[in-house]
Amino acid sequence: MKLDMTQNSLGRLVPRGAPGLGELAPFAGAYARLDGTYEWTPRAFPRRVPAPSSDKVAPSLEETIRRSGLDSGMTVSFHHHLRNGDAVVDLVLGAAERLGIRNLTLAPSSLGDSHDCVAEYLRRGVVTRLNTSGVRGEVGKAISQGRFEAPVVIRSHGGRARAIEEGSLRIDVAFLAAPACDRLGNMTGSSGKTACGSLGYAMHDARYAGHVVAVTDNLVPYPLAPRISVPQHLVDQVAVVDSIGDPSRIATGATRISRDPVQLRIAELAFGLVRASGLLVEGCSFQTGGGGPSLAVARYVRDYMKEKGVKGSYCIGGITGYMADMLKEGLFDALFDVQSFDAAVTGSIAGNPRHLEVDVSCYANPFNKGCLVNDLDIVALAALDVDVDFNVDVLTGHDGVLRGASGGHSDTAAGAKLAIITVPSMRNGVPSIRERVQTAVTPGETVDAIVTERGMAINPRREDLARAARAAGLPVKGIRELKAEIERVTGVPDEVRFSDEVVGIVEYRDGTIIDSIRRVD
Amino acid sequence: MMSSPRSGGRPRRSLLYIPGNNPGMIQNCAIYGADGVLLDLEDAIALAEKDAARALVRHALEALDFGGVERVVRINARDTPFFAADLAEIIPARPDAIRLPKVDSAEDVLEADRLISRIEAERGLPPGGIGIQAMLETARAIVNAASIAAASPRLVGLTLGGQDLAADLGIKATAGGLELLYAKSAVVIAAKAFGLEAFDTVYTAIDDLAGLAEQAALALSLGFSGKAAIHPSQVPVIHAAFAPTEKELRKALAVVKAAREAEERRSGVVAVDGKMVDAPVVAQAERTLELARLAGMEVPSA
Repeated sequence: MKLDMTQNSLGRLVPRGAPGLGELAPFAGAYARLDGTYEWTPRAFPRRVPAPSSDKVAPSLEETIRRSGLDSGMTVSFHHHLRNGDAVVDLVLGAAERLGIRNLTLAPSSLGDSHDCVAEYLRRGVVTRLNTSGVRGEVGKAISQGRFEAPVVIRSHGGRARAIEEGSLRIDVAFLAAPACDRLGNMTGSSGKTACGSLGYAMHDARYAGHVVAVTDNLVPYPLAPRISVPQHLVDQVAVVDSIGDPSRIATGATRISRDPVQLRIAELAFGLVRASGLLVEGCSFQTGGGGPSLAVARYVRDYMKEKGVKGSYCIGGITGYMADMLKEGLFDALFDVQSFDAAVTGSIAGNPRHLEVDVSCYANPFNKGCLVNDLDIVALAALDVDVDFNVDVLTGHDGVLRGASGGHSDTAAGAKLAIITVPSMRNGVPSIRERVQTAVTPGETVDAIVTERGMAINPRREDLARAARAAGLPVKGIRELKAEIERVTGVPDEVRFSDEVVGIVEYRDGTIIDSIRRVD
Repeated sequence: MMSSPRSGGRPRRSLLYIPGNNPGMIQNCAIYGADGVLLDLEDAIALAEKDAARALVRHALEALDFGGVERVVRINARDTPFFAADLAEIIPARPDAIRLPKVDSAEDVLEADRLISRIEAERGLPPGGIGIQAMLETARAIVNAASIAAASPRLVGLTLGGQDLAADLGIKATAGGLELLYAKSAVVIAAKAFGLEAFDTVYTAIDDLAGLAEQAALALSLGFSGKAAIHPSQVPVIHAAFAPTEKELRKALAVVKAAREAEERRSGVVAVDGKMVDAPVVAQAERTLELARLAGMEVPSA
């Protein structure tokens, strides 16, 4: 659709408004609403007082949906803690379709590899709108082809938490997969055959959704103990199904540190920068992404802390088994876990009192009274592409099609004292440093350095960091110099051709629009 | 010191084999951290791929920036049909050196030298600019080590081909490598006798980094300048083995400092910690300082 467009402070054309999304504010700087003066008023929604019940278990999923009052045109949410094994999105949308419900807005915390089914529900008109952090496969293609009724809204984890609290994202019914649940709806992700660790996204949706359904295949005797992640007073109904997901794809083994020499080289350089920054000291806080070179940075950090006897304060984020091991070794005092990246974490979250389960607002919502990322010292993040202004794209592939996730990327980059982007200089022969990223997700003003295996570029805003890095003998280059060096190997690829039609918007964590996503022809 | 007269002061602690038919690895030669790369046209390449690998390596030498990494190409042996074609295609791309496998006698080196010199002349390249590393891989080669080392001014180093030698000897190579001790020492002594560098053979168990560390330490103690690697993960282990300890570094600094002061006083005799220090000890200390610098240790100027 043709929309009224304006340029935001990154020079990106973004819509001033869109049907179904109302008025939209253009991005005006990462900290524009964080100077202590910005005010917001939560929208109020009517709630129904449920009749007292001593058993919330409904006879079937269909009956649960009927009792929830879900109707065509409403918004449903899901969490993505079941990783690539999730079956609940498909189960619920299938049941809704059988009940004749159509035109749903889907608002999961994210979508992954197990959610190609959503493209089918879109084709059949069961789902027509989408809010998410990330997409893969068929759903990404469907967005890029412009098949949703309104522009798809991509939010960061912190931004989604904020939107829900504000009421700009109103969830009518939340269907929350529960690896363990009792008859009154107390639930947790830290036990059961589909145990997934933290339920940080579910905790937030449960607090704000109009109606909350726990979907479980593991109804345990009341009361669920010893750990309750989402308590019963937030839950309306319990739906018992045969299976909420494929345990083999949920209970994935520990995420392994890469052995790819390119990724290890990137991690080694990134670690060199962490050291040079002077932040890796007693009491520091640390976060990495869940894979590739960013996770490999943890290996170097771990070896260094052990060797030098440095003890950190805490790690946050997506937590891997690797971080859980570092907690066990006493290298940190605590882990704040909003989402467990692998099943190796489950034992730790269930058994280690210093492994704390936190909700996503606590993790990254920029509008609350102090989210965890605000105090973070060091974060190592991944990227699909970066550009000469240090903007980062974690959403679009080289063909222009959506295939990534905003996740906590922009939240942690904005919060951390040192935000390092680790990225291979090229993938499949295509260079990773571009003149302009296709889709800006994390603004360059929040990125301190970009580290590739061929050297690192440091944001000109951080002359102090550049000096420290050079003094440490690290290969610091200008971003254009690094780009040119890579292009000597790869050449400069042709730009992907897009139409003018806006098929999605990327909302920055503060609710402003940082970029728009266009249809790929 | 201790780099040979022809080494140009280049570090050669680690030389990493890169299959000549693997563009993904070749394009990253500059980032593995190795002092040099051995772009392999020989054992890593199947017969059907020899031509393609040769062309790929030539293009890589011409087009890619290897940073400060030394570029050595291991060609096929003199008795193969690929020998002359390898040199004809690779020499014009000006690698730093050719690694010549299965050198049994001085004549093997001289034949390569003649071909390289001819190509250099035809192409107007500076004569003698491209070095030869000779691989000694048979019992006969070990017996001829001295005459091989003396064969040509183009030689920069000798290296041991441990697996082929074990096969030739009909013995089983073990992790400890004791069975190759004589051959290793023979290569080192022949090399040093003629001002060349000596390189140790590969360690094939790529998951056994502890075993590699032991073998690299042994190589250093026997007098090798460096060791070949067959996986990037081996490079930092080899470098660590070649790095002196803090204590060794302190001692070396004291020796070099004392020697300098003695020189200024024009006094020949120096003692450090009550022990006499003579020229060989000073040379050893200089070598320690060089290895410390290569290892990225902080070395104050003595």
